[in-house]
Amino acid sequence: MTHILAFAEQRGGALRKVALEAVSTARGLADGQDGEVHALLLGAPGIAAHAESLFEYGADVVLVVEHDGFAQYNAESASAFVADRIASGAYRAAIFAASAMGKDLAPRVAGKLKTALASDVTSLAREGDAYVVTHPTYTGKVIATARLLAKPALISVRPGAIPAIAKPRTGRVEKVAPVGDPAKSRVVVTETSTSDSKKLDLGDAPVIVSGGRGLKASEHFHLVEELADAFGNAAVGATRAVTDEGWRPHSDQIGQTGRVVSPDLYVAVGISGAIQHLAGMRTARTIVAINRDKDAPIFKVADYGIVGDVFEVLPVLTKAIREAKKAQG
Amino acid sequence: MRIAVCIKRVPDMDVKFRIAGHAKGVDETGLKYDMADFDGYAVEAALQMMEKEGAGEVVVVSLGPDAVQETLRKALSMGATSAIQLKCDEVPFDGFAVASALASELGGATYDLIMFGRMSTDNANGVVGPMVAELLGLPVVTACSKLEIVAGRGTARRELEGGAEFVAFDLPAVVTIDEGIARPRYPSLKGIMAAKKKPLATKPANLPEPRLVIARMDLPPERKAGRIVGEGAAAVPELVRLLQQEAKVLA
Ligand SMILES: Cc1cc2nc3c(=O)[nH]c(=O)nc-3n(C[C@H](O)[C@H](O)[C@H](O)COP(=O)(O)OP(=O)(O)OC[C@H]3O[C@@H](n4cnc5c(N)ncnc54)[C@H](O)[C@@H]3O)c2cc1C
Ligand SMILES: Nc1ncnc2c1ncn2[C@@H]1O[C@H](COP(=O)(O)O)[C@@H](O)[C@H]1O
Repeated sequence: MTHILAFAEQRGGALRKVALEAVSTARGLADGQDGEVHALLLGAPGIAAHAESLFEYGADVVLVVEHDGFAQYNAESASAFVADRIASGAYRAAIFAASAMGKDLAPRVAGKLKTALASDVTSLAREGDAYVVTHPTYTGKVIATARLLAKPALISVRPGAIPAIAKPRTGRVEKVAPVGDPAKSRVVVTETSTSDSKKLDLGDAPVIVSGGRGLKASEHFHLVEELADAFGNAAVGATRAVTDEGWRPHSDQIGQTGRVVSPDLYVAVGISGAIQHLAGMRTARTIVAINRDKDAPIFKVADYGIVGDVFEVLPVLTKAIREAKKAQG
Repeated sequence: MRIAVCIKRVPDMDVKFRIAGHAKGVDETGLKYDMADFDGYAVEAALQMMEKEGAGEVVVVSLGPDAVQETLRKALSMGATSAIQLKCDEVPFDGFAVASALASELGGATYDLIMFGRMSTDNANGVVGPMVAELLGLPVVTACSKLEIVAGRGTARRELEGGAEFVAFDLPAVVTIDEGIARPRYPSLKGIMAAKKKPLATKPANLPEPRLVIARMDLPPERKAGRIVGEGAAAVPELVRLLQQEAKVLA
């Protein structure tokens, strides 16, 4: 019971940023203790090629299961496999990302192991026999600090909350055989409709440009997309007012009933700043707001605000960001 | 079809919370309570399925002190058939403890479908549904924004990051409900009258010792007061300068 397991999430054969965050978090817990960090990577044949990146962020061992049945996330077989690994008794903690996949996976694993899970934590530390975690509650208005006494300790970490820090190790790859048939599931996926896979996911993007009802119509959203494009590392988000109108898909919604994000920079465009929206973005490192109403609540959380009409400000801002980026080369 | 919907009583979030004197929770004075947002969507979706079928039952279940009876009555007034309170003094923060107690009530293959919210609005753990499914050995579909049951077989749309997925599964099963499925109806006067006569059973909650316990609750640090950089497009150069030199987010 000395090692730390980190679930390394991949999508479509590419490692996700949250995989590095999970490994880095595990590294932080293992340093100064006598255990190793084991990164667990499930995927189609060839996925082992990502082991190097996992060593780079602190994995001592990369456990790889290569099987066509793991090409896409299969909740039933993945959770059975992960639970089986942890049940081996080698681990004192297992770290997951609180991404859409991790939020589905981690509680299943906990249920199978009949143990507690500290979910969506923003910080964690070992304190004697327990882990102490923080987790935003009440739509981010209250921060709970909790002690996790379960052994092993299962923890999922909010994407972006704990940065991935390179701490290279000379590690080893261990190929592991799957348990049962990874392709089998009582829930069958009949169709997937993912938006443009070249686009950055909201959870991976260092910058998010979000549009609200102030954009007035779906045909004006290109202004938001162009600003995101100027940043070059930005994803596009929206408020519920916008997804309700059908201007953007629900998967772009940020807030209490949408995605919770913590980018380095969040640009709120024509967004009033309702508490349900703030619940999804108030932990962003820097917040910029553009709104024509100087009393809009978004200005209370924004580090920098421009009072003005989005249709006037956005094109100028997009041009300025493009130029600033170009000047940097 | 026999459907169970697990609902949690939570405070209205549109307030400025204060921390209670014991520092382990929020000060409850003056708070208004209702069922959690996603749980409301789940109740509505269950009622619509029952109405479409023209038969069946919707049983609502809540774990907590007697105050949860008010939330259960609200679900009954919306149209649920009967209610169960799993009584305890305090709802533990440990989702596994809650899931164990719910599973011990919901087991025994008496429900075709067991529904949860994607997450509770107060704790926001998002764990109880899939944990109950695992404890009962049932298939689970999380984050459903559309759900249809035809002749013992379910189809659902799941919300993923950057997209959606469509799945099919056989009952009995567990589902957790995301936004998009249905907004909860307001109870009618007739519904409120009828609810008074509907059965509400109270049983002791079979809770294990929690292993995730609150040490402290705090208000988050206030974001330092932001500043208005200026008005209109004329403010853009200064904003860009601040992003580069002060916030250092343009590298
Ligand atoms: C249970 C529940 C859950 C919810 N969950 C979410 C959630 O997850 N995410 C979410 O976002 N919301 C959520 N909401 C909705 C939330 O309460 C707000 O209604 C929503 O966030 C408002 O979106 P908005 O800011 O785009 O629109 P509005 O509130 O209408 O604000 C539009 C803003 O644009 C400004 N504006 C207008 N024209 C211009 C212009 N030409 N130039 C500049 N500014 C302009 C206006 O001054 C205004 O401030 C939820 C609500 C409920 C009840
Ligand atoms: N005390 C409770 N009583 C009944 N259902 C609950 C309770 N707590 C959580 N749930 C259900 O589990 C879901 C997820 O809760 P959580 O894991 O706390 O985010 C909620 O949306 C409810 O459907």
